[in-house]
Amino acid sequence: MSQPINPLRKYIREGKLPHFFCPGCGCGQILNAFLQACDELGMDPSRMVIIGGVGCTARIPVYLKGDVLHGVHGRTLAWATGIKLHKPQTKVVIFAGDGDVASIGGNHLIHAARRNLDALVVVANNFNYAMTGGQVAPMTPSQVRTMTTPFGNPEPSFDICELVVTAGATYVAREVTGRPVQLERTLKKALTHEGFGLVEVLSQCPTNYGRYALRSGDPAVTLKWIMDRCITKAQADKLSEEEKAGKFVVGEFVDFKRPIFRGSSVYDLESCECCE
Amino acid sequence: MATSTTERAQRVLTGTHFMLGNYAVVEGALAAGCDFFAGYPITPANEISERMSQRLPTVGGKFLQGEDELCSIYALSGASLAGAKAMTATASAGYNYMQEGIGYAVAVEAPIVIVDVQRCRGENFASQADVMQMKWGPSGDHELIVLAPSSVQELFDFTIRAFNLAEEFRNPVIIMSETTIALMRERLVIPPAEEIEIVNRRYTSLPPDKYLPFKANEEYGVPDFAPLGEGYGAIYSLNPHSEEGSIDWDPDVFERLYKRITGKVTQHRNKICKTQAFKMDDADVALIAYGSEVRPCIDAMEMARADGIKVGVLKLDTVWPVPEEQIIQVANHVKLAITVEMNIGKYTREVERLCCAKCRTAVATKNRGLVHFPEEVYAVIKEVWR
Ligand SMILES: Cc1ncc(C[n+]2csc(CCOP(=O)(O)OP(=O)(O)O)c2C)c(N)n1
Ligand code: SF4
Repeated sequence: MSQPINPLRKYIREGKLPHFFCPGCGCGQILNAFLQACDELGMDPSRMVIIGGVGCTARIPVYLKGDVLHGVHGRTLAWATGIKLHKPQTKVVIFAGDGDVASIGGNHLIHAARRNLDALVVVANNFNYAMTGGQVAPMTPSQVRTMTTPFGNPEPSFDICELVVTAGATYVAREVTGRPVQLERTLKKALTHEGFGLVEVLSQCPTNYGRYALRSGDPAVTLKWIMDRCITKAQADKLSEEEKAGKFVVGEFVDFKRPIFRGSSVYDLESCECCE
Repeated sequence: MATSTTERAQRVLTGTHFMLGNYAVVEGALAAGCDFFAGYPITPANEISERMSQRLPTVGGKFLQGEDELCSIYALSGASLAGAKAMTATASAGYNYMQEGIGYAVAVEAPIVIVDVQRCRGENFASQADVMQMKWGPSGDHELIVLAPSSVQELFDFTIRAFNLAEEFRNPVIIMSETTIALMRERLVIPPAEEIEIVNRRYTSLPPDKYLPFKANEEYGVPDFAPLGEGYGAIYSLNPHSEEGSIDWDPDVFERLYKRITGKVTQHRNKICKTQAFKMDDADVALIAYGSEVRPCIDAMEMARADGIKVGVLKLDTVWPVPEEQIIQVANHVKLAITVEMNIGKYTREVERLCCAKCRTAVATKNRGLVHFPEEVYAVIKEVWR
């Protein structure tokens, strides 16, 4: 009896499955939602350049057909900058953990947003450094216990969406693996956006964040912990700052257009009004 | 309007010039076909970025001032893998930062050119103190090609060669410049474009489903290239990878990869390593030097010869890989080899291991932010040669 084959399998590299993600990890869902979004848009990932630095999330690209850059911590946006300046027509998508893109790669992140580099960053926020075993990350909530904050995280966490909005990103949204329909819809918008796009996906890491911070390795427990804290923008608007503390606002934050960064060229200079 | 400016722009400024060393690098790069430059300001490399920002866009290239050296070096790999001939320029402290990106470029076999204008610990004085870091900075097993120009003309010529070697071997090539020559103005002759030899990387002729991005035809060969974004499906990972590019933890895959990416340089050493010999035919004493230190050595050689000591100079145009055959040949014919360098005596050890049991060795070192004076080199010759 022949088994039905997932129609998205055509985008996966031959011989790469099973993947390396733990059972119940959100990375598989992010991969699935991304491919679904591409498929519905008729955008072929194998014509894209897909980039991952290091970390669990950064392994998402290696399962995809398409040109992949991988294996250095935090430099994804620097690669993307070189590629986009030399070959502007290339679609570039980056998958990153919060450590990869907001900590070691933080400087590249704010400058890519400021420049409005035409690339999409999908950040899996699993609230910890997962691949290295559950240490504190820039987006670990305050007071949470991790492998390097045994007495509770003394630092406030980043709001990466606010950060890149302030830096100048032109498409920014937050979604969660627990809302697959909305996640896919958001990724579809982000994929068609021209300019710097960032989608933060709240994602469950049962193996490290679940086990150490939440004291349960059950994926459902981690996912429920995230979902219990998610509120929509409309809900957030009705709450006071105190009521919003510890909550994750999901939805779209900005979606607009402004000139894309293309590196300096004579063409830009000649079309620049301030130089006339 | 854009086309008219581009049409007017000239890639190769054929003619005789009186030019700054840093500018000569830019002209060499443009003549070699450079079409991407990324850099981060640092003295004494700034004139390279500044002239690139003016010249490159007018010939259809892209200029980027990155947010730091890490951005620059990775943007180079990104652009190079997309098909660009890419270069950056920095000085010692910035070169420190670039090490991880150079390691990545080695692993994924991205042809890139890096100019390091050596300076003294945060100050802009003469130094050759980075000669070991030039090669051994990045982690992991690797080979780098490092060229050491001694004049403004060589800054131009070696930059072209650096691009050619980078393209041929798909490996980073470093131009080891120095404050002294970078900020010096000298005569520069730029030949007509058609007389300049240009090497381009070999593009694959295979269709995407047959193409293996890290498969070379020979054991120490260089894989054919396919640019990013054209559906060839290459994975460019720092991690140990198979011929297909997939991350692979098999010890045999590790070994095959490391043997090939280092072997493609070491096995072609004779093609890569160049030296110049001055009055070596009858020499009893060889001065072995690279970069700006060759200049006082030639003067010291003349002073010694006037006094009847037969001194010659072996100038190392390639510093890494070490020109082993050429040094051994010299060691077999002279009685004394003196390495002259502007650091605490680092490269000397490479020379000494090659001269071992063949001739006596000595070293003339100086680390005072100044090139050797000929008299200083001659004093060492007189002291050691009795
Ligand atoms: C320069 C460097 N520093 C540290 C590491 C070790 N390291 C590997 S993955 C990782 C962080 C992973 O965390 P994150 O980016 O949040 O991704 P996740 O694994 O949680 O998806 C680190 C620090 C490295 N590979 N390179
Ligand atoms: S450690 Fe966490 S993030 Fe990494 S694969 Fe396992 S569940 Fe996913």
